[in-house]
Amino acid sequence: MAERVLEVSDLSTHFFTHAGVVKAVNGVSFTLDRGESLGIVGESGSGKTVAALSLMRLIPDPPGKIVAGDIKLKGRDLLAMSEDEMREVRGNDIAMIFQDPMTSLNPVFKIGTQIAEAVTLHQGKSRWEAWKMAAELLEKVGIPDAASRVKQYPFEYSGGMRQRAMIAMAISCNPDILIADEPTTALDVTIQAQIIDVVREMQAQYDSAVILITHDLGVVAQLADKVMVMYGGRTMEYGPVDEVYYDAHQPYTWGLLSSLPRLDAVEKERLTPIKGQPPNLLLLPEGCPFVGRCAYEREQCREKFPDLEIVGPEHGVHCWIPRDERVALRAKLPKFRSGAA
Amino acid sequence: MTEPFTGDKITEDVAFPVREDDIEARADAMLDTAQFSVKPLGLWADTWRRLKRNKLAVVGLGIIIVFLIVGTVETLAWATGIHGGYIAPYNPNAVDYKLSPQGLGSSPSMSHPFGTDYLGRDIFSRVLVATRVSLLVGVIAVAIALAIGLSLGPVSGYYGGAIDSVIMRTADVFFAYPYILFVLLIMTVLGPGFRNVFIAIGILGWATYARLNRGSVLSVKAMEFVEAARAQGASDMRVIFRHVLPNTMAPVYVAIAMGIGGAIVTEAALSFLGIGIQPPNASWGKMISDYLSYLWAGSWWMETFPSIALVATVFGFISFGNGLRDATDPKLKE
Amino acid sequence: MSDVNLLEVTDLRKYFPIKSGILKRTTGQVYAVDGVSFSIREGETLGLVGESGCGKSTTGRVILRLLPATGGRVVFDGQDVMAAPRAVMQRLRRDMQVVFQDPYASLNPRQRVKDIVGEGLRIHQIGTEAERKKHVFELLETVGLTAEHAERYPHEFSGGQRQRIGVARALALNPRLIVCDEPVSALDVSIQAQMINLLDDLQDEFKLTYLFIAHDLSVVKHISDRVAVMYLGKVVEIATSADLYVRPRHPYTEALLSAVPIPDPHTERSRQRVVLEGDVPSPANPPSGCVFHPRCSRMRPDPCTGEMPPLVSVGDGDHMVACYFPTTYGSKGEAPAAPAGA
Repeated sequence: MAERVLEVSDLSTHFFTHAGVVKAVNGVSFTLDRGESLGIVGESGSGKTVAALSLMRLIPDPPGKIVAGDIKLKGRDLLAMSEDEMREVRGNDIAMIFQDPMTSLNPVFKIGTQIAEAVTLHQGKSRWEAWKMAAELLEKVGIPDAASRVKQYPFEYSGGMRQRAMIAMAISCNPDILIADEPTTALDVTIQAQIIDVVREMQAQYDSAVILITHDLGVVAQLADKVMVMYGGRTMEYGPVDEVYYDAHQPYTWGLLSSLPRLDAVEKERLTPIKGQPPNLLLLPEGCPFVGRCAYEREQCREKFPDLEIVGPEHGVHCWIPRDERVALRAKLPKFRSGAA
Repeated sequence: MTEPFTGDKITEDVAFPVREDDIEARADAMLDTAQFSVKPLGLWADTWRRLKRNKLAVVGLGIIIVFLIVGTVETLAWATGIHGGYIAPYNPNAVDYKLSPQGLGSSPSMSHPFGTDYLGRDIFSRVLVATRVSLLVGVIAVAIALAIGLSLGPVSGYYGGAIDSVIMRTADVFFAYPYILFVLLIMTVLGPGFRNVFIAIGILGWATYARLNRGSVLSVKAMEFVEAARAQGASDMRVIFRHVLPNTMAPVYVAIAMGIGGAIVTEAALSFLGIGIQPPNASWGKMISDYLSYLWAGSWWMETFPSIALVATVFGFISFGNGLRDATDPKLKE
Repeated sequence: MSDVNLLEVTDLRKYFPIKSGILKRTTGQVYAVDGVSFSIREGETLGLVGESGCGKSTTGRVILRLLPATGGRVVFDGQDVMAAPRAVMQRLRRDMQVVFQDPYASLNPRQRVKDIVGEGLRIHQIGTEAERKKHVFELLETVGLTAEHAERYPHEFSGGQRQRIGVARALALNPRLIVCDEPVSALDVSIQAQMINLLDDLQDEFKLTYLFIAHDLSVVKHISDRVAVMYLGKVVEIATSADLYVRPRHPYTEALLSAVPIPDPHTERSRQRVVLEGDVPSPANPPSGCVFHPRCSRMRPDPCTGEMPPLVSVGDGDHMVACYFPTTYGSKGEAPAAPAGA
């Protein structure tokens, strides 16, 4: 039985702005075992990035605040920790890679300095040792000519290389959890493939758990073991990747999967979009945030957010439509007609 | 036209409805979202909220409003000739030797709150009426400077190359020259008088607006909506003045506030030196100059009140301008 | 789809000078577009695909004459676009329109929607004020908005709605060709499909021809009839949508296709992946010979480092490749023989 590394229950993070309260994350729960990878999928306004920042307690306060919930890292309560204790955790136990490597690397420091900083801070190594480690790490993540590259500045690196450098920084302290926030969105597709390989290799080597935050369902299919679909701050569905992709139970998930043009589609079929617009987080309705866009909504959906319903092995969904009805509705959708795609 | 697209009509209202008065500000905020490097004016509501916290700026705004009201009233009176061309308790030019027994005026009293000057003229009335001059100079001079600056600036920024070099280097010349000396020079050439004052100040002030504006133009001209306008066949002039210019105004507003303050002070200086406004027109600067010697004789009220009026007005514009700049700076933490 | 070529691009070049030093001397060139040729038939959608720095967006802009070309020819409906005098160009502009990528930056934040959409009509003085107004309302309806939206400002709309406004603007002058420059890249996934369907429907309704520029291969495949793949300023392969994905011949195309993630776990697990080494070279310093040779697994010093291979037809029909060792397929289109030079 794999070790449980992270346990998040009922996490809620709200932003208190003068225009109103933004419930960016609203009652989100998930778990993560050692070596596992979780993909958090959502569009803009889904709350996925805020959820990740909440784990690291990097939410700016004001105006943001973690208002409820529990985050346990290997049994330790993260929300109860002091700022000093949290600083120990960041970079050391939980590390994060961001979307835009240009702005997340400090342009005035050498790459080696930045990696070494994390190492000296958390592992107390000497500068000499830290730099040696930095060069080794760069080599591990596939940067050619690492020994001389480590002395260069971020502007001398290409986008893909910067992302690798970020990964090197992140794994330098052997974190239990690696959070990657849209790590490939700003990259070209061929570079994206390289980076995903690097993340996969590092995960295997260091046995880290990975939380991959993205809007790209293809990347999740490549990399993740479990997936959590978020919308308007809520978890709509989660479960093992195969379960969610082939046995989806949430109309939003159906909508997402149906609206994607597929590279391997044999014939051109008209796409089935989700009608409407992404939610305005300042004006979230009571109840299910998907109301107004869901083709199957009913009265209940407006009033209260659906409770959790287990529909398969470790596969949960939030939807008021009764299970049988759901399966019947799904069978009518072209994408799901034939079962496995 | 055949039937409209029915795939998924947007029947609901707009995604983010806003109030009319928010429009300008939201427009700027949207540019900001487009990774636009120019400082946007931000949300008016938000700007006002931030401005309110700056007590000095709010006081400045109050002074400006008083100044504008008085000045406008006086200008209208002068233009239409009502009530003898002025709105004040007394005729500002009415000489009354009885009120100035030793030729030193009379100190402030109930009937003359600011006292009278050496000719027995009511100082309060004079100060009020002189507001007209300051207002006209401030507004017209800045208007002239804006007209020149906002024509040359966008053209310079949009075309770049040689045109840009020529215009900007010319602006540099104007910047390099000590301002007051330059104004004095022009006034000497043109001769003293009301009209020449604001021509002089206006002509020399264009460089600030041009340069300020040009910076924004460089960013805006690369935006896709400018390309879209060209793709629709818009002429260069249309693109520059209809699309680019309106979106570069944000920093200019602050400059206008400061500019009006600066113009008022410059006029006062010119009048003080005697080459600005000529009698019988009253101007604060002229008054300050005329009454200076009476200060030593003990008639402090003559010098004091016009000075206060001048200082307060200019202070008002500068404070408000500063406050406006701080309030619209998105990076300034609250 | 007719047989007439609405747009013919021949050996198009666009170089940007690199200036450095105090005197701003030209020290080099960015070879953004370096000899691109293709044609689009009336009613067709040609997808132009490639990664960053390949020159696809620049190609679009040069074709529309939003940027001056450094060389080559663009012929639209028999008319030479590059050399057209102003009056002719104004006429041409009505036939060639564009939809941009960024829904935030492509609409003037200070103009109301009705002015944005109707500006073209005003510039070309089409119709009376009343007729223009009516036309604008109709356009908004066509793209799925309503007449009420006309009085609003762009920032009141979401990204997807703004893109629709952009499309309405492009349709206003009744164009024949629309260059779509990454029109869905900035949109949320659930909105992208709306947009793609809209573009599809509009093409049928108004008999439009599209040049669809994008980096997302899945989207391009879906919407295009034929696809051209660009790399470092050159076109390396052109084929019909289906053919390109089933029988790619250029090694870059193969790598590109295998790198695109597919939202299907089983497929992903069983895929053959071709992962390219290294980074894309800078267009300021392109490799000699075939621009792809430094990253190519089938590269042989001769002839690959010598001259850039020309774009030639292979197989039967529409398929063109610029490679000395393109992948070959059996006559029935079965799996490739071992690629030459592997």
